[in-house]
Amino acid sequence: MSDKPEKFIDENGLRLDGRRVDEIRPMTVEMGVLSRADGSCYLEWGNNKVLAAVYGPRELHPRRLQRPSEALVRYRYNMAAFSVEDRIRPGPSRRSTEISKVSGEAFEPVVMKQFYPGAVIDVFAEVLQADAGTRTAAINAATLALVDAGIPMKGLVASCAVGKVDGQLVLDLNKPEDNYGDADLPIAMTEDGEITLLQMDGNLTADEIAKGIEMVRKGCEQIFAIQKEALLSKFGTADEEEILKEAELQAEVATSEDESEDVEVISETVSEAEIQAEDDELEAEDEDEDIELQDEAEAFTDDEVGDASDEAEDLFGEDVSEFEITENAESEDDSSSEPEGAESDEDEGEKNE
Amino acid sequence: MSEAISRLKKDYLFNLALKGQREDGRGFDEVRDLIVETNVIDKAEGSAKVLLGDTQVLVGIKLQVGSPFADSADKGVIITSMELNPIASPNFEAGPPREKAIEMARVVDRGIRESGAIDLNKLCITEGEEVWIVFIDVHVLNDSGNLLDAASLGAIAALMTATIPGEREGRGGDVKLPIREMPVSLSFVDIGGELVIDATNNEESVSDLRLTIVTNQDGSICAMQKSGPGTLSEENFLRSVEKSREIGAQIRGEYLLNI
Repeated sequence: MSDKPEKFIDENGLRLDGRRVDEIRPMTVEMGVLSRADGSCYLEWGNNKVLAAVYGPRELHPRRLQRPSEALVRYRYNMAAFSVEDRIRPGPSRRSTEISKVSGEAFEPVVMKQFYPGAVIDVFAEVLQADAGTRTAAINAATLALVDAGIPMKGLVASCAVGKVDGQLVLDLNKPEDNYGDADLPIAMTEDGEITLLQMDGNLTADEIAKGIEMVRKGCEQIFAIQKEALLSKFGTADEEEILKEAELQAEVATSEDESEDVEVISETVSEAEIQAEDDELEAEDEDEDIELQDEAEAFTDDEVGDASDEAEDLFGEDVSEFEITENAESEDDSSSEPEGAESDEDEGEKNE
Repeated sequence: MSEAISRLKKDYLFNLALKGQREDGRGFDEVRDLIVETNVIDKAEGSAKVLLGDTQVLVGIKLQVGSPFADSADKGVIITSMELNPIASPNFEAGPPREKAIEMARVVDRGIRESGAIDLNKLCITEGEEVWIVFIDVHVLNDSGNLLDAASLGAIAALMTATIPGEREGRGGDVKLPIREMPVSLSFVDIGGELVIDATNNEESVSDLRLTIVTNQDGSICAMQKSGPGTLSEENFLRSVEKSREIGAQIRGEYLLNI
């Protein structure tokens, strides 16, 4: 059964969905969509629909998983049973376990875990509709959910994949490109370009990988812009235009209260002064924050790095009890026709998307 | 339970790295002594034991007749399992595979699958009904670091010696498992900003990043995985790609081509 298209890129250099090779699919985000969660974000990317929620920092149970000097970042990637063409069995699979692990690790470098020793920051990413690139979509949504939850972070994380079809590198694979393409290289990076997630399957030359990374970098820049726009529209303080409008309103009120021209002039002057003062205040705040961040960064260098990795190992050795139970149950009552109830490691989820 | 490695040990390894040295005297790009023995288990359809320094891994291949996946009705099936057996380290506990073991098994699987090492089209018996299922089982005997590369090398070596048990299963005669590629996996860990190849368990325990790159005979790359909470710079990444191609070719020439 092969629905493989004959050509992925037409003579005009356009892909099956009309995009150029270096173009990402349209992305829309909405923050604060779940009232019970501390932070949340709904994201659509092409035909992907994902929902990310953050709970925490909150107390971590069981206590033996707690880290004495920092919070644990726990990430759970989960696909809805109906999110793909052929229904997938609900609950964790080997594929989702791996994605959860590496996606959580993609956020560890930016989340300022040291502020919440012993606590957990839970990130839940639910894929409601899957159409290639769900792990990258989930990461893009999770970044905004973390900010929405007020978790202190050193910066944002954006994620995007590059792949190869018809011998050409293409950014942000669509479904046919993902299913029948020659390679898939999902990457997540911080705003300063450090790679926090990197996986790859298929076939690429070293040159293609180097070129692919640059394409991903450009893709991530666009995603950062989308993320920042969403953040500004939700949390951005009144911009200059609004402040001016406010000032005009005040002036009008003042005028209507007292018709004397002198007063109007004075009130205008006052509002201008106010604007200036407000601007200064904002700047000062920014500076304060910068200094704080720097201090933190300096305080938690070398020495802490090793600790963290020790603890990480502790954690990865143990942090599975809950999942294991489900997994056991799953394999015991496994009635599917799959051979021996064993799961193939082929990226079935993605394939069925 | 994780081995509690003292701060002193950590400082020691990081300081060594600063001077361009490692605890066992190797260079950053130097792989430990490697021994690959094949056909070590007669009952298995194929097998290999890999000794990578003190790390010991045994890989067995079993084949069974089963039904194919719906979306690849004319192809055989690969199932890779890896258990971090408590015999291999004080840090491992009995029980079903956890996150870490699942990730490693899937990276081993990805290397074999994506390189096209096994010609899965030739494993179809009756389309849509019966195909050969190839079980790759990694049995970890001693974890002295870099299980992933030892397991990957063991997997391809074992597959290269494997036979399809047609006679036993009443599906024709015995034939060699069709192998057409020899992927080699190489892992690097970050020690104080330096990426070192083939890490020992001590090095792994102080590192927050592992990068695995699997290369083919033609020098192309078929699988990669970054693991751990650390970050990776593009420069370090691309340099590792080059190193893995170069060292991968050496290992392939020395340990796989003669099987």
